[in-house]
Amino acid sequence: MTKIAYYPGCTLKDQALGFEETTIAVMKKLGVELAELSRWNCCGTVYSLSSDNLMLQTAPLRNLVRVKEDGYDAVVTLCSMCYNTLKRANDLVREEPEKLDKLNLFMNREEVDYTSDVKVYHLLEYMRDEIGFDAIKKAVKLPLEGMKLAAYYGCLLTRPETLGFDDVENPTSLDKLISAMGAEPVKYAYKTECCGSYETVSAPAAVAERTYSIVKSAASAGAQAILTSCPLCFYNLDSRQKLAKKSHGDLKEMPIMYITQPLAVAFGLDQEICRFERNQIKPDSLFEKLMSPSGEST
Amino acid sequence: MKLVISKQAIENNQLDKVEEISGEKIYRCYQCGRCSAGCPMVEAMDITPNQVIHMLQIGDPEVLTAKAPWLCAACHTCDVRCPHGIDISRIMEAIRLLSLRRNEDFLAPDSLPGEVYEEMPQIALVAAFRKFTA
Repeated sequence: MTKIAYYPGCTLKDQALGFEETTIAVMKKLGVELAELSRWNCCGTVYSLSSDNLMLQTAPLRNLVRVKEDGYDAVVTLCSMCYNTLKRANDLVREEPEKLDKLNLFMNREEVDYTSDVKVYHLLEYMRDEIGFDAIKKAVKLPLEGMKLAAYYGCLLTRPETLGFDDVENPTSLDKLISAMGAEPVKYAYKTECCGSYETVSAPAAVAERTYSIVKSAASAGAQAILTSCPLCFYNLDSRQKLAKKSHGDLKEMPIMYITQPLAVAFGLDQEICRFERNQIKPDSLFEKLMSPSGEST
Repeated sequence: MKLVISKQAIENNQLDKVEEISGEKIYRCYQCGRCSAGCPMVEAMDITPNQVIHMLQIGDPEVLTAKAPWLCAACHTCDVRCPHGIDISRIMEAIRLLSLRRNEDFLAPDSLPGEVYEEMPQIALVAAFRKFTA
């Protein structure tokens, strides 16, 4: 079994536990063991956009030092925000070695200096480039036939362009994963539109408007659920539907899932690990037909 | 429309600070408006992202008290579409930082009701405090 370092980040250990558990289980089925870093800290959540304060880069870089300490050269993370922050901090010190020198001085109590040689993967990137969607398709036991799913990329998985994860205007990695599950990825206009992110704390009504637009766009394309890899998108799209309904009576509830939750079901894993009880809008009914013996035969 | 641009306004070093903090060149913008056309939060803003840049270009200090920078979700839709490669998200961050570095909170953690802390994912709170709290 291949072993790779795994950086969970804060929300994966709490609200997005179902994302973590399903990911560990599906990766095991695919022959990859996610080895959680023996020590890790918050990545800072958002990449610092100021040019004159390098101190804010120490949080993500310390985690990359931890990767080296644990004897790995690559790390996988599941949360889009963690991915964005870790990857961009890594890119910054790769491109500007003098900043790396300064940052290593900031972190002079670390036993080793960071040498910008860790590769940061998002789970979806690792699945696409290192495992391959064909291998994932082969591991599917209960294809999600007839299910229409919307791939939601949001902002920080693909942007800015320097992140190089996928096409910024028309990413397809998640659509391909949905096809590998046996479901149909729907084409809709809002797959890269931002959900409003952290504005949910200070401007919830504006975020509810975003939720309405995104859910409506996916629904009009026939989607039965929306898939995301970001716990903040998940919260905004799932929980903010309640607020969106107050101003938009026409909004029909749409379940939101993490990318590995339907995959775990398709792999025939125990649905318990999805922890759908944490969803405001329950997706369980989508799988009922699939799980029943009669459903399997159809 | 008559537009008065005073010498004093252009020499306002607060606005120069925006270029320094963001590392972006404000005068590269030729006002095509593509940033505003694609901005997911523009409907909630008082002025549009291209207006923010225009105000910086003419040295209008009112840009520093506009609501728009506090509604920017740093989603980078504008910067991937800007034909001149300006990262507007960084400019919005610089404007926020001018307030935050004077120790002025936009969002005080103790102003939030208790249920917000129970209900919201950690990343929402950490990100909001990083962007809005001094």
